[in-house]
Amino acid sequence: MEQFQIHVASARPAPGDRRQATVGVNASGNIEILVERVLPETECLVEVTTAVTGYRTLWQAVIEDFCDRCPTGGLRFAINDGGARPDIVHLRLMQGARLMGGEP
Amino acid sequence: MAQWNKQRSEREVRLAVAAKYADGKVVLAGNVVAFLSSVVCTGDRVCLEGDNQKQADFLADALASVDKAQIHDLHIVQSGVVLQSHIDLFEKGIARKLDFSYSGPQGHAIARALDSGKIELGAVHTYIELFARYFMDLTPNVALIAAVQADRAGNLYTGPNTEDTPTIVEATAFKSGIVVAQVNKIVDTLPRVDIPGGMVDFVIEADRPFYVEPLFTRDPASVTEIQILMAMMALKGIYAPYGVRRLNHGIGFPTAAIELILPTYGEQLGLRGKVATHFALNPHPTLIPAIESGWVEQIHSFGSEVGMDSYMQERSDIYFTGHDGTLRSNRLLCQAAGLYACDMFIGSTLQIDLAGNSSTFTSGRIAGFGGAPNMGSDARGRRHPSPAWLMAGREAVDNPTSLARGRKLVVQMIETFGEKMVPNFVEELDSVKMAEQLKLELAPVMIYGDDVSHIVTEEGIANLLLCRNAEEREQAIRGVAGFTPVGLGRNRAAVEALRARGVIRRPEDMGINPLSATRQLLAAHTIEDLVTWSGGLYHPPAKFRNW
Repeated sequence: MEQFQIHVASARPAPGDRRQATVGVNASGNIEILVERVLPETECLVEVTTAVTGYRTLWQAVIEDFCDRCPTGGLRFAINDGGARPDIVHLRLMQGARLMGGEP
Repeated sequence: MAQWNKQRSEREVRLAVAAKYADGKVVLAGNVVAFLSSVVCTGDRVCLEGDNQKQADFLADALASVDKAQIHDLHIVQSGVVLQSHIDLFEKGIARKLDFSYSGPQGHAIARALDSGKIELGAVHTYIELFARYFMDLTPNVALIAAVQADRAGNLYTGPNTEDTPTIVEATAFKSGIVVAQVNKIVDTLPRVDIPGGMVDFVIEADRPFYVEPLFTRDPASVTEIQILMAMMALKGIYAPYGVRRLNHGIGFPTAAIELILPTYGEQLGLRGKVATHFALNPHPTLIPAIESGWVEQIHSFGSEVGMDSYMQERSDIYFTGHDGTLRSNRLLCQAAGLYACDMFIGSTLQIDLAGNSSTFTSGRIAGFGGAPNMGSDARGRRHPSPAWLMAGREAVDNPTSLARGRKLVVQMIETFGEKMVPNFVEELDSVKMAEQLKLELAPVMIYGDDVSHIVTEEGIANLLLCRNAEEREQAIRGVAGFTPVGLGRNRAAVEALRARGVIRRPEDMGINPLSATRQLLAAHTIEDLVTWSGGLYHPPAKFRNW
């Protein structure tokens, strides 16, 4: 078990006004993300709790790329990771951001 | 005085010895080992029929039981090394040399046997390539084959699993070889004759039906959202723009996902009747919903698939069937269709390097090729045009003229990471190191980079036809390699430039919302759903029944 936070200070504000959303499931090879609109609109915080240790640099790369592609300002992502591959993590983050942007 | 008929005389001698175990052409199962010892001789080339589907397993067990003091140094020339008894032949010293095509479950065992010197490897072939060599320099002296039924004259009914049999028999019977068939039953009247008795020397009613592996059954329940996203990209980004109507699908889950979203996402895109109408394809159960929804016009098959027989029998407008009603498959002819009459091969792989070379040989495992390198290669002898073939060819050159040849679309689908977080994109294929270790002259490559037209990953599609030099290719590949070291090593500016040119396309570039890549898009969620779609005609094997 490993826990860490990745903070992005200059994120583009996330559109929409949804307060909260969840995507995915906490299961082996999968990931559960709780997204909340609780931060100043240019900040983004990702809190990772993962069952697999030793991949922090990879997480950093995935999250930076995600914040590059998606407007995430104002959002806090709490991640429960069951050992998902980076592509699943990326997909779930994108899904979370889209949900907060007002899509069903 | 020159002897011109030594092979024929040798055959006559063997038949005379074997006659004491036979009543006409019929040999009793209990005598099989002694019988085989009379028709097989040391140093023979033997084809023990077995591919990725059906197996002459009774004869394989018998051959592995002969006395190696009497019979040894056999040269095995067969499609598939699949059964334990195939490996036993080498471990026991009955066989020494091997030329083959496919080895699914025995991939590790072959690598071990090569390493310990028990197997002397000729080459790993594609199916059609090995078949071709049966008529050149690898003609079998003895063929041990499998059929469903025989009559006492040696006529054979192979049922839906005809597969390799006609090709093996042709090569053996007409070059003074000996053909022995194991059958499930000897009967008075056959439903149809797949192999004429004049080409068959002996038939043996085995103590059990020959084994068939349900290799092409993919449980929809195991299809992931990532695979669905890749399937959506393939449909919208490749099938649609090229208008691909004639194609082959590989065996993996990503292409099963494509089959399962034809009636849903494909329908939304308005593609029914415009793409995926004609297939060179095994009877994939996951294609049932698309067939039932009116997508597919015609399918020719390499082999059969366990549980699909009744369904195919009732869909003779779609499948090739005999006058008895059951499927007629033929691996050689279907591979020829895959090579010359398909505009696209799309399938999964296990490793891709920076030049786009694609391999399923990973560390310690010799997987074989099967049909992929054949179908996944541009047919340089092709001369008939089609819109997809011409469009691909014109993308591959600057200023195409009317002399510019077309190109086959060869699409590799691969998730960037495999099991246990192993990156599937690599600087150097595992097979290069393996070839050094095992002293192979040729590193096994399933599909060479210059034949690959597109790579589809969860990150996007790389169109290699549009790349004009090695540097562009490398960046196009890195640009869809996700968070693997190869992907992270990309030149971001170069990748964005390729994206601006449409060489790399992301889901958002194609108007695909990753949020819509859900299992709701699958026309069937379970094997049971497939049974329902088939109107109860599909009978899945027990291991896939979980309801």
